[in-house]
Amino acid sequence: MHPFAYVDPSTVAEAVALLNEHGDRARPLAGGTDLLVKARANVWELDAVVDIKNIPELMALSVNGDGLSIGAGVACYEIYENAEIAVQYPGIIDGCSIIGGIQIQSRAGLGGNLCNAAPSGDGIPSLMVYGAVAKIAGANGTRAVAVSDFCTGPSRTVLETGELLVSIEVPKPAANSGAAYTRFIPRNEMDIAVAGVGVYVELDGSGQNFVSAKIALASVGPTPILATEAGDSLAGKPVNNESIAAAAALAKDAASPITDMRGTIAQRKQLVEVLTGRMINQAVERARG
Amino acid sequence: MTTNSTSPSKVHVTTTINGQKHELLVPGYMSLLDTLRELIGLTGTKEGCLDGNCGACTVTIDGRIVDSCLVLGAEVNGKNVETIEGMATPEGLHPLQQAFLEEAALQCGICTPGFLVAAKGLLDNEPSPSEGRIRHWLAGNLCRCTGYDKIVRAVQKASS
Amino acid sequence: MVATFEPKTDYKVVGTRPIRHDGYDKVTGRAIYGGDMKLPGLIWGVCVRSPYAHANIKSIDTSAAEAMDGVFAVITRDDMPKAESKLVDLGEGNINFKWASNKLMANEKVLYKGHPVAAIAAVDRYTAEEAARLVVVEYEVLESITNVVDALKPDAPILLPDLVGDDLGEDVTNTNMAAHVRHEFGDVEGAMSSAAHTIEREYNMQMVHQGYIEPHNATATWDEEGRIKVWTSTQGAFPARTQIAGILQVDVSKVKVTPLEIGGGFGGKIPVYFEPLAALLSKKSGRPVKMVMERTAIFETTGPTPGARMIIRIGADVDGKLTAATADIWFEAGANPGAFIGPAAMCVYAPYEIPNTRIDGWDVLVNKPKVAPYRAPGSPQVAFAMESAIDELCENAGWDSMKFRVDNASKEGTRRGDGVLFSKIGMEEVLEAAQTSDHWTSPIGEAPEGKKRGRGIANGYWFNIGLKSSANLSVNADGTVQLTEGSTDIGGSRTSMAMHVAEVLGLAAHDVRPTVGDTESIGYTDVTGGSRTTYATGYACWIAANNLVEVLKDRVAVLWDINKDDVDFKDSVFSSKTESGKTIGFKELAGKLDDLGGPANSTGSVDLESAGDGFGMHIADIEIDIATGKTDIIRYTCIQDVGTAIHPSYVEGQLQGGAVQGIGWALNEEYFMTDAGSMANSSFLDYRMPTSLDLPLIETVLVEVPNPLHPYGVRGVGETPICPPIPAIANAIQNALGVRLYNTPMNAGSILEALK
Repeated sequence: MHPFAYVDPSTVAEAVALLNEHGDRARPLAGGTDLLVKARANVWELDAVVDIKNIPELMALSVNGDGLSIGAGVACYEIYENAEIAVQYPGIIDGCSIIGGIQIQSRAGLGGNLCNAAPSGDGIPSLMVYGAVAKIAGANGTRAVAVSDFCTGPSRTVLETGELLVSIEVPKPAANSGAAYTRFIPRNEMDIAVAGVGVYVELDGSGQNFVSAKIALASVGPTPILATEAGDSLAGKPVNNESIAAAAALAKDAASPITDMRGTIAQRKQLVEVLTGRMINQAVERARG
Repeated sequence: MTTNSTSPSKVHVTTTINGQKHELLVPGYMSLLDTLRELIGLTGTKEGCLDGNCGACTVTIDGRIVDSCLVLGAEVNGKNVETIEGMATPEGLHPLQQAFLEEAALQCGICTPGFLVAAKGLLDNEPSPSEGRIRHWLAGNLCRCTGYDKIVRAVQKASS
Repeated sequence: MVATFEPKTDYKVVGTRPIRHDGYDKVTGRAIYGGDMKLPGLIWGVCVRSPYAHANIKSIDTSAAEAMDGVFAVITRDDMPKAESKLVDLGEGNINFKWASNKLMANEKVLYKGHPVAAIAAVDRYTAEEAARLVVVEYEVLESITNVVDALKPDAPILLPDLVGDDLGEDVTNTNMAAHVRHEFGDVEGAMSSAAHTIEREYNMQMVHQGYIEPHNATATWDEEGRIKVWTSTQGAFPARTQIAGILQVDVSKVKVTPLEIGGGFGGKIPVYFEPLAALLSKKSGRPVKMVMERTAIFETTGPTPGARMIIRIGADVDGKLTAATADIWFEAGANPGAFIGPAAMCVYAPYEIPNTRIDGWDVLVNKPKVAPYRAPGSPQVAFAMESAIDELCENAGWDSMKFRVDNASKEGTRRGDGVLFSKIGMEEVLEAAQTSDHWTSPIGEAPEGKKRGRGIANGYWFNIGLKSSANLSVNADGTVQLTEGSTDIGGSRTSMAMHVAEVLGLAAHDVRPTVGDTESIGYTDVTGGSRTTYATGYACWIAANNLVEVLKDRVAVLWDINKDDVDFKDSVFSSKTESGKTIGFKELAGKLDDLGGPANSTGSVDLESAGDGFGMHIADIEIDIATGKTDIIRYTCIQDVGTAIHPSYVEGQLQGGAVQGIGWALNEEYFMTDAGSMANSSFLDYRMPTSLDLPLIETVLVEVPNPLHPYGVRGVGETPICPPIPAIANAIQNALGVRLYNTPMNAGSILEALK
């Protein structure tokens, strides 16, 4: 591992300056659960790590009438131990609760999960289906990018040299909505998802019909995939096995997995269909309260 | 820009470990695990995989259990770290340590410090967890010798 | 003449559950394991490793590494002594020093990915690792082989050009087949052709790793007198010494091995990996050198168990009696010979009485790490094949497979597959206990919607070895006794040794203080492995304790001025046979020894045959999500003949631990090889061992059929438990889904495939 320096700025501007200075030989350090593994494996050669955990904007967590704001460095446990977030954003809680084990969740967060941009990132599908937006700071100021557009390839994101994720903004969910995320793994914990599915549904007042839905898939493409056609297929449909199965089949079509040491194409496609059906049902249950 | 560097590569760290204040010069790239084992000489926390998958290096930082192989020594500046060496007191063993001995919850013992620190992290907040909760909490700690049966029983014994 | 013993029932210490003597150090973090070792001036060593599975080494340039600030020494093949091609018995298998040396440091070619080509000692680990990246090696990449079928093809690339293979006694050159053995009894083909029911099936298994949590390590010094000191986590200080001396081409007396606490081994820490390299680095640098292995290298370069291809054929008559069986077994040895086909042959038919049998076994080289023993090496593989085939035969014929196992059970006089006749064994007792167990007599329960449940059973067997052990005792003035013994303690064994001594002397377990000795403080002791430790070293302790009683009787004779023959000893009290009422207790006598001839010491040593055959049966209840193929274990019971359980908690622990390793092997563990011949999943992330969330409590039933060849009836227990789980789960999957899997791991993807 290339020996690197440790710096811990206390403002966004300082952090951005450091990242600009070092280019791709410096990385922001949040939980460290991906960064240190990659540095040790010589995937990255770093001259510096920039610890962002002393920058207030990146460590803030707030939920109010406008929505949920998650600082880039906020750890998973802070999110799932927050009773308000647990009630309003159950799909996000699902993702936070299954990244690694308890030790990992004490450190790892959704910001790092998003920036790591693994196709299997368990935190990402829920953010996508909730319509979350990434707030980015750079030398030229700040900009916003939809989480659904954030990952551009395995380990690649829209972040330019010198840019830093500041926070993830999640809009307030609609009334009569619910969300859920699950993944398939060979054991019961500690694995990378073979396939993951996040679903958000909005029902009408009677709870018997879908108003809209979003479905996002993990581990079945070079990035997490927003299965737009599958989600849209539920709009206006009654909540029944037929419409759910049709959506699940469309989700399966949206998946373009590979065969690797974690699973085969056939297995992953089948899992997408099965898990989509299950997550739509669970999101509906949560929407109905 | 505030910086803790006193030299290009070492960081001045003030931290509390098992209730004792330490002032250290830590290379920026050195893990908390190596800081404990190599710099300070506390070898009770063990190395198993160095990538956060076995839990043998578990310590607590400000009351939360973490894999110390994935934390930098520099990151515990101003924080409270607890390791296995801080679990017993001059008055005696922690109930978990006693329970592990009575229930024979260790065979080779290399995973034991990690399990004890992790289990304490659970019981400190949830004094009477169910078997399922115990298993879920400890899923980040690998044991290859025991099959976990006696570890789970020991945690149950130590819980109220 | 071999001593035999009648079973006792009136134990005072045996069968109790004292807190282990080393327990306080282990639950507080004070215990010193190999990786914790510190010495003044200590520097750190790492290996430079081949990225290729099979390649010729054209050149090695270490100049940039040597020039780097903080680097003390660099070694390559040029620094390795020329080890002899000599076979040495290490206890659980032989070792050829030439291959053992080559495994640690490549010579002309690299034979497995990660094969060391150089080693570097530097001021700290980070510097050493950076220096390693500066070593420039030129390789000529060769085609690599990763399975036994390709290895035996006529045009296969040859791994070891000077290997002379042994094909049923005939020399073979230009081959990857190191050995082919055969055992044949009766008229197999005749019996098979007249059998009423037959089955023939092929089974394939990937390599799996022992998975100990503690990395391999070694700390070494090489001094001005040419004496080498090594501190290491090892399963045997003496076998380690033999290997180190042989690889370094020095006399064993020049090598002192101090075993530190060991964090798991399961057989994998019997071979040495870093010890000779650390010693050479110390010689070249003039400093003590410590090496701790990275987890990736542990998977890629230290011995997993062989992957296997097996074809089993069995035949039975119309009444459900086995008449014939054949087994063709190909095991992967890895990069040099030695794939445990001998033990496989001993185990494959062991639970059954079969009059006509044939076994053909092949030991085959492939470009993978050299295999090392993993808990009953060879037996889990053949158990998967045989126990699956037995169940399938029963399904086809409409027979109850538990009854079939009972009707065909091995007993005293049954011939094992390699020809050995069983003496008194416990297979029938185990089957009896299984049938009356709570698990077997409880219903499996309804599966929830979308899931299916199934129950499976399987037998397992290991022969358990005896070999050599030593023990020394001395009495303290306060009546406690110091015990030094030579078995490194991986699982609480030092307490069982102390309990042997305590039982003889009538003391409490905690009044006997055990220490594991190094190679200069105790007599020769073979490996902690082979399920021999409690049996053989316990026996040596028992002998030493009885010898101590004789020494003390001499002192009592002096004290009372009587004949030694008139001194009696029972329950920690010495008494006079001639004068009634004249007694002295052990503690009181201990306090007087200064005036009765001084220190009272004794010794005991053994060289034993077998630790008694170990039979077991496991019952597995599983639940499968049929949409995803995910299997959960919902109930699991291990039933095993354990002889006598000295410390029942640690015997239970052996059963539970072995069972869970077998469960992991059955469901998820494997070496997933890339086309280039490397292991894709060489981390605990993707080499998936069970976590606490993947298992229920593991029930154990300890059947005690005392072993007449041990004073307390101890039988080896540690290895048998890994043998039944894989077939028990295969049989449970069949029971749940009506489909059978013939390859491991039987993971979710395979189950989905099978359900199509």
